[in-house]
Amino acid sequence: MNAAGPLKKLSLDALWRARAKKFGAFAGYDMPLEFEGLVAEHQWTRAHAGLFDVSHMGPCFFALPKGHGLEGEAAHAAIASLIEQLVPADIVGLGAGQVRYTTLLNADGGVLDDLMIARPAEPGAAGDLYIVVNAGCKGEDWALIEASTRERAHLVRADDRALLALQGPEAVSALCAAIPEHAGALDAMQFMNVARYETERFGRLTITRSGYTGEDGFELLVRAEHAQAIAEALLADARVKPIGLGARDSLRLEAGLCLYGHDLDETTSPIEAGLAWTIQKRRREAGDFPGAARILRELKEGPGRRRVGIRPIEKAPAREGVEIFAGDERIGVVTSGGFSPMLGAPISMGYVASAHAKPGVRVDLLVRGQKRPAEIVALPFQPHRYVRKS
Amino acid sequence: MSKRYTKDHEWVRMEGDVAIVGISAYAAEQLGDVVYVELPGVNKEIARGADMAVVESAKAASDVYAPIAGSVVEVNEALNEMPQLVNEQAEKDGWFVKLRPTNNTDVLNLMSEAEYAEYVKGLG
Repeated sequence: MNAAGPLKKLSLDALWRARAKKFGAFAGYDMPLEFEGLVAEHQWTRAHAGLFDVSHMGPCFFALPKGHGLEGEAAHAAIASLIEQLVPADIVGLGAGQVRYTTLLNADGGVLDDLMIARPAEPGAAGDLYIVVNAGCKGEDWALIEASTRERAHLVRADDRALLALQGPEAVSALCAAIPEHAGALDAMQFMNVARYETERFGRLTITRSGYTGEDGFELLVRAEHAQAIAEALLADARVKPIGLGARDSLRLEAGLCLYGHDLDETTSPIEAGLAWTIQKRRREAGDFPGAARILRELKEGPGRRRVGIRPIEKAPAREGVEIFAGDERIGVVTSGGFSPMLGAPISMGYVASAHAKPGVRVDLLVRGQKRPAEIVALPFQPHRYVRKS
Repeated sequence: MSKRYTKDHEWVRMEGDVAIVGISAYAAEQLGDVVYVELPGVNKEIARGADMAVVESAKAASDVYAPIAGSVVEVNEALNEMPQLVNEQAEKDGWFVKLRPTNNTDVLNLMSEAEYAEYVKGLG
């Protein structure tokens, strides 16, 4: 998935290097893996607020050509229809200021990547979408989007900016303290809202109330020249600590969220992955997305395999690649596994034949040649705590 | 007798005719939070360099090799409930296994504390 060659550095490399205990390569970037320690960082994020540098990811703006002459809903419908050729979510029906999680699909309904698509709220941004794809896939994703929409829209990559995630129950208060002039608006944002803020100290920020930890939180796109100022302002807050990629992974696993290339790949469909909720009614009825034949069939008849949560009964973690058995029958494989700091126990996710994909079903995990008992459980392992005001 | 070390970061300390084996403080620091240790069965015969135990950090599983040949006389049951002992006291209460060495002189072939310190320094 990653091109060989020298590792790319984050624009905040020096800031993290002064604080991190461990760095390592991920998706072609030299990333901070651990600061204080994975478990401590994980627990801090669940109790307070963690600051993650996710600038390796692929933020971009996808927009109608200049002078498109369309306004408001018509402009949005035009750009949304273009991206809908590649994803099964209802993007045309996305409200201004809303974000949707979806998947890029191949012709067989397999997942090429998972991504966020946001419709900016600002009237001047009609006809723009803000899209964030995964680090390891961004080159291919952007090429695919450009190839299938050429001349009707253009894609501007924004991965020269910094993308920071502030996650945890105290994220909102810390962010409001750092950007007091917009505290009211930031506090009023709900889960999966997007808004743009002009700030004196940090320039223009594109902020979504979203994240990948299961906690309330925000993701901030900031120009590289302002990245250090906002990171330092947030880190100066006693509620905020820097968090490495290690804890980012354990947090998303506890939250039952998929990691592309592990829990999702070109062979898995969104239905197998338990992501049927990401395909809205209008698109199901129209069946006008890649791989619709397979996906609609799986929606109707049920898929052959499903993504499930797994709790080993004993203490050995069952990691990616561990085979899952029911008696002598191999019924599936673990796609992510490790240790849950909140449960103090090992947890895994994986795919099993649908007949076994029910909470309470006992299975065996083949770890180091030995079958070890485990139980299928509902996801997530930790309840999500997203902010949805009514 | 003082401790001896391997290039794979195991330590050995002789106590009478029994060798106490664990992983070094440096290795424990590199692993990060230890969440599980899989220990061998008592009486198991292990060849030098063979798999002796598995230590799992929050992030990954790592094999621990027998620094010398021997048979297992005792394992550190405390690690079942408190795997964090490996982080907190890697070279004391965080020991893994007690071995009865096949050859009592094998341990002398390993690095001294000073040699190991120099070796670790070279790893950067």
